[in-house]
Amino acid sequence: MADATLFARRRSPLQDHGAALSRGAVSGPRGVTLTEIPHLAQITLRGDPGNTDFLAAVRSALGLDLPLKANTVAAAGDVSALWLGPDEWLIAGAPDSEADLTARLNAALKDQHVSVVDVTANRTVLELAGPSARAVLEKACGLDLRPREFKAGQCAQTNLARTVGILEMTQGGAWRIYVRNSFAVYLADWLLDAMAEYAIDAKF
Amino acid sequence: MTGFRLAQGGRIDRSRPLSFTFAGRAYRGFAGDTLASALIANDALLVGRSFKYHRPRGIYAAGAEEPNALMQLGVGERTEPNARATQVELYDGLTANAVNAWPSLEWDLGALTGLASGLFVAGFYYKTFMWPPAFWNKVYEPAIRRMAGLGTAPREADPDLYDKVHVHADVLVAGGGPAGLAAALAAAQAGADVLIADEQAELGGSLLSARATLDGWLRATLEELRGMPNVRLLPRTTVFGYYDQNYLCLLERRTDHLGPAAPAGISRQRLWHVRARQVVLATGAHERPLVFAGNDRPGVMLAGAVSTYINRYAVVPGKRAVVFTTNDGGYRTALDLAAAGAQVLAVVDPRPESAGDLPAQAHAQGIEILNGHAVVAASGGKRLDSVSVAKLGGGAARGVVCDLLAVSGGWSPVVHLFSQSQGKLRWDEAKHCFVPGTVTQAQRSAGAANGSFALGAALAEGFAAGAEAAKDAGFGGWRAPEPPEVDDPREAPPLALWQVPGAEGRGKAFVDFQNDVTASDLKLAAREGFESVEHLKRYTTTGMATDQGKTSNVNALAILSDATGRSIPATGTTTFRAPYTPVTYGAMAGRDRGDRLDPIRVTPIHPWHVARGAVFEDVGQWKRPWYYPQGGEDMHAAVRREAKAVRTSLGVLDASTLGKIDVRGPDAAEFLDRIYTNGFRKLGTGRCRYGLMCRDDGMVFDDGVTTRLADDHFFMTTTTGGAARVLEWLEEWLQTEWPHMKVYLTSVTEQWATVSFAGPRAGDVLRELSPALAVDEESFPFLSMREGVVAGLPARIFRISFTGEASYEVNVPSHHGLALWQAVMAAGEKHGITPYGTEAMHVLRAEKGFIIVGQETDGTVTPLDLGMDWIVSKQKDFLGKRSFARPDTSRADRKQLVGLLPADPAEVLPEGAQLVWDAAESPIRMVGHVTSSYWSPNLGRGFALALVKGGRDHHGKTILAPLAGKTVEARIVAPNFLDEGGKPLHG
Repeated sequence: MADATLFARRRSPLQDHGAALSRGAVSGPRGVTLTEIPHLAQITLRGDPGNTDFLAAVRSALGLDLPLKANTVAAAGDVSALWLGPDEWLIAGAPDSEADLTARLNAALKDQHVSVVDVTANRTVLELAGPSARAVLEKACGLDLRPREFKAGQCAQTNLARTVGILEMTQGGAWRIYVRNSFAVYLADWLLDAMAEYAIDAKF
Repeated sequence: MTGFRLAQGGRIDRSRPLSFTFAGRAYRGFAGDTLASALIANDALLVGRSFKYHRPRGIYAAGAEEPNALMQLGVGERTEPNARATQVELYDGLTANAVNAWPSLEWDLGALTGLASGLFVAGFYYKTFMWPPAFWNKVYEPAIRRMAGLGTAPREADPDLYDKVHVHADVLVAGGGPAGLAAALAAAQAGADVLIADEQAELGGSLLSARATLDGWLRATLEELRGMPNVRLLPRTTVFGYYDQNYLCLLERRTDHLGPAAPAGISRQRLWHVRARQVVLATGAHERPLVFAGNDRPGVMLAGAVSTYINRYAVVPGKRAVVFTTNDGGYRTALDLAAAGAQVLAVVDPRPESAGDLPAQAHAQGIEILNGHAVVAASGGKRLDSVSVAKLGGGAARGVVCDLLAVSGGWSPVVHLFSQSQGKLRWDEAKHCFVPGTVTQAQRSAGAANGSFALGAALAEGFAAGAEAAKDAGFGGWRAPEPPEVDDPREAPPLALWQVPGAEGRGKAFVDFQNDVTASDLKLAAREGFESVEHLKRYTTTGMATDQGKTSNVNALAILSDATGRSIPATGTTTFRAPYTPVTYGAMAGRDRGDRLDPIRVTPIHPWHVARGAVFEDVGQWKRPWYYPQGGEDMHAAVRREAKAVRTSLGVLDASTLGKIDVRGPDAAEFLDRIYTNGFRKLGTGRCRYGLMCRDDGMVFDDGVTTRLADDHFFMTTTTGGAARVLEWLEEWLQTEWPHMKVYLTSVTEQWATVSFAGPRAGDVLRELSPALAVDEESFPFLSMREGVVAGLPARIFRISFTGEASYEVNVPSHHGLALWQAVMAAGEKHGITPYGTEAMHVLRAEKGFIIVGQETDGTVTPLDLGMDWIVSKQKDFLGKRSFARPDTSRADRKQLVGLLPADPAEVLPEGAQLVWDAAESPIRMVGHVTSSYWSPNLGRGFALALVKGGRDHHGKTILAPLAGKTVEARIVAPNFLDEGGKPLHG
């Protein structure tokens, strides 16, 4: 566990945006909410999936098998691994666990040609949930988001409202969007705008 | 009074009367009316003037193909031009005007052009307005535009919301008529996700226009479709574009039909981007006009439209009607007219006999049938008053007094989307129309769109197409339900009659109503050699109006084929292009307006900049502080103050936007050696080096400082704007050319916030914030990096400089960026720390002669042009090296980077100013241009960087910048305005 004072001095991109996010929440059968999940630990892991030593070392470090199928997620406890490319994964964990995760990976992968890079501060995470969440996302994203096609445990790197993000569907059916910090306010405002119509009770 | 509303029937809601105005007069209609049907009910058939001759024109059709009834809807910021009255749903308070009625609908000057119409033949623009040339822009074109008119665009910003969605479907059905509904039902029952779109408010298509409807089936089908979770019904939605890989665009008019009652916060229109596994085109057919003299008189209408008005809207467009038809369909209109109480004076049928069931019914009702006859002329002014009917092959014409002529020249399948999808059309000799031929995408056509005009056949095709589409989308094993029982009348073959013989000399016979193109225009064009249908179209403008020739194209090319003695298929068609009907710019823009025009990127320190009143500059998508004005300062004053503070005391810059790439692996050093023009293998751990990258053509591509963190680990920085393309460039080489190299790249641009403080007091601040760090010259030399703690935050501290002053760039994880900035501001307060923006940064680096990629370079500049040979390695190979051996990159007269000092110290040259040796020369030879130019508070004068041909050989010479109103003299100097110690060089 890192220094608690240091953690307290962190600032997330949407720290001042809480009121706007609450105001934008829509309840009811057409409901949709947008929240920030700040400071999730994130590590970019690069390595050769054809190398069993690599896979075994990661398994020993994280307790999970790296997903080898494109755009899928593997999870163990609060650690998950998102497939981003044939040799690239995003390891996500609980806030303030990045130092621990990095150390575990580095120790297990010593002497292998891999890359373990802490990118915790690179992105924040937005969560879009509720019955209208998919409809909101369809305004921003060209992927096939139908439940048959994009299920829990899947992820994708994609364009979202002309920014880029990593989209993940959680086991609870919510959408997580990993977005670069610099775009976070823009994207949150974009999604809030897209959510606004679901709060309007109008027949047309 | 001729047009009238029936007391009962139709699909209008008589309990909901609506008021509207047209051309300034108030009218009443009902919910369920279109603007066109309501106008007919008010006997206001005259809706505009024609484009060229200003002839009175009336409502002609009942759908998207309408060429005449073009409306200017609404007023002020919400006004919309060129809406087809036949597609505008009536709402309470609607205001409409004719787009083309200058100076008024009832009486206009433009009609005089009709008397001088010899001027307006095919190609008249090219022939008439050629001389004198200067007159085109100033006199002819404005006058023609004013008279022709195509409505008025609003001048104000659009107050309405528009948005876009992206959806995927297993089966997209375009068209909600009988075939489309059948297809949707079959596909949905098979389990496919179905999206069915129809341009009308009510689904049903032709079923809504017929008397003998399948009302029960329609209701049951709609109810079933609405109840299915895998079906999305989109009424008021036009599939307007069909692109590659079954990608289609749809325009949904969500609240247009509510007018002022539209709810706030709901998008008025929505653009749908749809990717469909399978597409069913059930887009119906358009009826064709017949070509005879005066065929454009108000009161001449398409027969199918007349039936639609009667059966769907309960309005009868005339009381004394003649039907002129080449096929059995026209008889249905005769029967509809008779049933509605109009007097049907005759059905004029050029076929020698009428053997079908419908003619028999008409005959049984006592309607006179004139076989072997044709209408050769229609006459009347603002309203049809009579037609001349003559026997084909000669004989005297007889006049028939009437106020309505319903015409049918046959039907053309709506093959627009099919053709847009790159499908090839086939001419059907029996049906006299183009039908879908070779299919090129995952798609099928059904019903009238496929040339199957009879209802029973259309339904059967629809069910089959839906089931097959579902099967091909992965939902097989389902048998489509049986189509409902339909008792289609027996029909005799139609006749092709492209132009009525015996009409010549009786007046203008129009083919393209909207662009006022006549049959004789087309023939003239053919005689003049415009034999290709593409040439004919452009020369005569036929088919080029906003209706895209929906009623005119087939007639036009048939007349051309006749004039050139070729068959219709040999003549060919012009290209169908999206959009099928016009799409508003608002819908295309969607929410991408104002602040959403482009994504906005901000650094973690952004809130501080905002609070401090910074003025921002767009650098790519980033908002970077440009300068921080204080107490009413203008930009120049603020930049002077900021640039001065850095040289004399202390300035601080948010450099978080710099691109950052983590480079790791045993081959990392070798990789960087190949990428940069200078060497990195020998760089010590903890040391930094400025590097330059070229593309393979040898031109400067990006630059930045790279630091060795460990033997196999580097931290690269790039320009702010180049971050993404540098990473792509590096990955491209790694993945495609050097896949054996063991290197991994990770973008960490946003992992790190960068606070750069510079100036004589910079070391003091670092010492205060990082007491444990040895900051002396020996322990922490220039171009090195230390990891440490700054203001209590774990940090990487780089001693590098882009200003020429002592300078530290401190990187912390970006969630600590604002905390670091605040700590630096607090520690620097006693030194008068001055936040500076990108403009002061530019001044400072230019004083030092440091380039900015993209400002001093433009993709045509080599390192040698910049005088940076010192950074180009002679020992090793690197990307771009071989290009330096090309003769062109070693020309002596290439543009080279120089400094400029204007003769007048107060002068600041404009960036981009062209430079010449001799301003009196003619033509004047340009030898260079200014790339950067500022007023320097440190030099006390204006100065510039420039690229000048052979510039390095001309140091000390005077060059000229001819500007508007004056010519500025400047002396060429070396591009560094400071001495080695950072002091200004004077003189």
